[in-house]
Amino acid sequence: MNIFRKLGEKSWVPHPAGAEFSALELNENNKVGNIALRFFIAVVAVIFFLITITFLGRSQMVDFQALAGEPWQPFSDARQLWLNTGALALSSLAIHLAKIFSHKSKLDLAMGAIFLATFFALAFLFGQLVVWKQLYQLGYYVQTNPANSYYYLYTSLHGLHLMGGILALFYVIGKFIRNKATDDLSKSINLCTTYWHFLLIIWLLLFALLTSSSETFRVIAELCGF
Amino acid sequence: MTHVAIADQPLEHAHEPSSFVSKYIWSQDHKVIAIQYSITAILVGLVALVLSGLMRLQLGFPDSFSFIDPSAYYQFVTMHGMIMVIYLLTALFLGGFGNYLIPLMIGARDMVFPFLNMLSYWVYLLAVIILMASFFVPGGPTGAGWTLYPPQAILEGTPGATWGILLMLVSLAVFIVAFTMGGLNYVTTVLQARTRGMTLMRMPLSVWGIFIATILGLLAFPALLVSAIMMLLDLLVGTSFFMPAIVSLGEQMNYSGGSPILFQHLFWFFGHPEVYIVALPAFGIVSDILSTHARKNIFGYRMMVWAIVAIGGLSFIVWAHHMYVSGMNPYFGFFFATTTLIIAVPTAIKVYNWVLTLWQGNIHLTVPMLFAIGFIFTFTHGGLTGLFLGNVVIDLPLSDTYFVVAHFHMVMGVSPVMVLFAAIYHWFPKITGKDFNVTLGKWHFWITFLGTYAIYLPMHYLGFLGVPRRYYAMGDTAFIPDSAQDLNASITVSALIVGAAQLIFIYNMIASLRSGKSSDPNPWGATTLEWQTPDHPPKHLNWGDNLPVVYRWAYDYSVPDAKEDFIPQNVPEEAVERIDTAERNQSENSGEKE
Repeated sequence: MNIFRKLGEKSWVPHPAGAEFSALELNENNKVGNIALRFFIAVVAVIFFLITITFLGRSQMVDFQALAGEPWQPFSDARQLWLNTGALALSSLAIHLAKIFSHKSKLDLAMGAIFLATFFALAFLFGQLVVWKQLYQLGYYVQTNPANSYYYLYTSLHGLHLMGGILALFYVIGKFIRNKATDDLSKSINLCTTYWHFLLIIWLLLFALLTSSSETFRVIAELCGF
Repeated sequence: MTHVAIADQPLEHAHEPSSFVSKYIWSQDHKVIAIQYSITAILVGLVALVLSGLMRLQLGFPDSFSFIDPSAYYQFVTMHGMIMVIYLLTALFLGGFGNYLIPLMIGARDMVFPFLNMLSYWVYLLAVIILMASFFVPGGPTGAGWTLYPPQAILEGTPGATWGILLMLVSLAVFIVAFTMGGLNYVTTVLQARTRGMTLMRMPLSVWGIFIATILGLLAFPALLVSAIMMLLDLLVGTSFFMPAIVSLGEQMNYSGGSPILFQHLFWFFGHPEVYIVALPAFGIVSDILSTHARKNIFGYRMMVWAIVAIGGLSFIVWAHHMYVSGMNPYFGFFFATTTLIIAVPTAIKVYNWVLTLWQGNIHLTVPMLFAIGFIFTFTHGGLTGLFLGNVVIDLPLSDTYFVVAHFHMVMGVSPVMVLFAAIYHWFPKITGKDFNVTLGKWHFWITFLGTYAIYLPMHYLGFLGVPRRYYAMGDTAFIPDSAQDLNASITVSALIVGAAQLIFIYNMIASLRSGKSSDPNPWGATTLEWQTPDHPPKHLNWGDNLPVVYRWAYDYSVPDAKEDFIPQNVPEEAVERIDTAERNQSENSGEKE
């Protein structure tokens, strides 16, 4: 693999500079934003991963009551969550379209798609608030059960990250209004698209996790050695 | 227009900040940000140093100081630990030296995201202010111990259980945000802004250490963030993530079923990599300093890089060796003891390589070199006691004694601090353009080095005696002889002397900055790029009109046939001045005759 070849380089042997590395080439296909975003995604992924590890551990305590599995539990009928998931998926789809349009230099269409993506993302957040309200009305407060606590914690963190993404979309729209060049916009849209898909994947995993039954948690926890 | 990061911008696009505010306050220059980080970290570190002095006063001379009651003592312990580990060491190595050295050593004009870099510092400052504010709130700062273990951290009866712990957790969360902003910058800059010819394996080990430590930080700090957020919810909202069913002061609390052990796992999943977040930059920097001042290439460069990477990877699977006494499955303990001992292998490789770098080198006992050699002693010492404690059966009786305090202060306190001093003295001429006072520097070294041994060697013995750590006072204990108290008093005296000796350092830095002689642009004859800048000290955007081109690795010292005993990284092969053959033969012959 390339990285092993690089790490195996005998740097004490003199050889011409720049033969294997050119800063100029890097400038041409500037990957700075991409690399930073990948690291950021890794950081966020670790956050959700670690919470999930504690979730699985906590789910095996006697007082844990899953939010789904039995007919009387709120997420046995998860219609609202399905709707929210649909909104987020549409948002992801719209931003992906924006990426395709921007690659074809159809900036107006790309901006339209970005507006759509923003709209669906806001719809998702609104939908999440609706679920919070429903849970609250049913007496599922944040401190009454650890399953509830985790639900509120997960969804707030995910929502906050999505809000950060929406701010980034506003930034892109601002750039468009200020007539920035296609290349620049296209790069920003690429970054937003990657982030959006990542947040969708995280949400799908959370959705699956939070609407699972106690029995499922028991099996996963057992597999993980808890 | 294609976006070009500032690190790669041609000079004509970059406008030098002209006003005082844009140059020194809201600066986006990595060098200024590095200095801002460093000064803040050192100032807050001084607070932690004073706290340790107060703790030692109580331990050495119990009940002599009325203002140090048990609550105050625990508050001092907690704040000392947290400030030193996070707000001083992490911030100074990565925020300070990371910021200063990365762009200069890899030949970039600045970090790739200068604005984010600036933001990182100001958010760090905010974290420090929030933490310091806890000294002034009702109840004072938290006294939960630097590990902040629940349930006691948020229970009434623990000092600062309301405001103190709240501010601590918020400050940590804010610090992590700051670190993430800085960290993304460091890794991206190393990966994307290296100048022409600077391959990964031509990077100085300082950059390697900082680079891998930053990746560790990016992946490990989330664990602290998660535990801080979850504990905040336990404290403020009444959730039971970590809080078990508990009766406090005779009253049944509303918590139930939470697991304090879960917090310990999360905390140490951050806490152990944190040791290496501090140690890896120290390893890298000390390698460069040893090589420069021994006028010899670093021994086993590739192995040094691989060891840094290996230690970085392994540091994520050793965390539970901090928790042997928490009551874990014996197989679990066996696994973590094994990984802990395995991590000693790459670490030992590094120690051997440092010693072999010195072997037959042309050792110049300059102030930075003294500190670097001092580091080899203290680190080997602390590392070896780590091997004791990595074994479950040895750890169990020693875990709650002063042996552990001695171990981690040698390995994680004194050793990185030795490197920090080495680094500050080494790069002081580059940063300020001034020479420091060598005599004062040597006094500072000898008092600090010998003093730390006077402090920590006896602590190992106290640990073997079974003197428990974390105790405000020993009281009447049959198994602790009276002589232990005499030792404690002598440790305190040494600690106060070492603490006071740091004033020599501060005086030296300030006086040299104000009235030191102008220094040579490359006083140590170093090969790395930061010593080859066209301006001294380097100006905004570092490199004048043209970025440097790199032709060799960073360790061409005492190259046979070369006239000078070092060849800078940016000198091409054809420009190296060689000793001509006749001259060499003549000198060899005269050598034989002698």
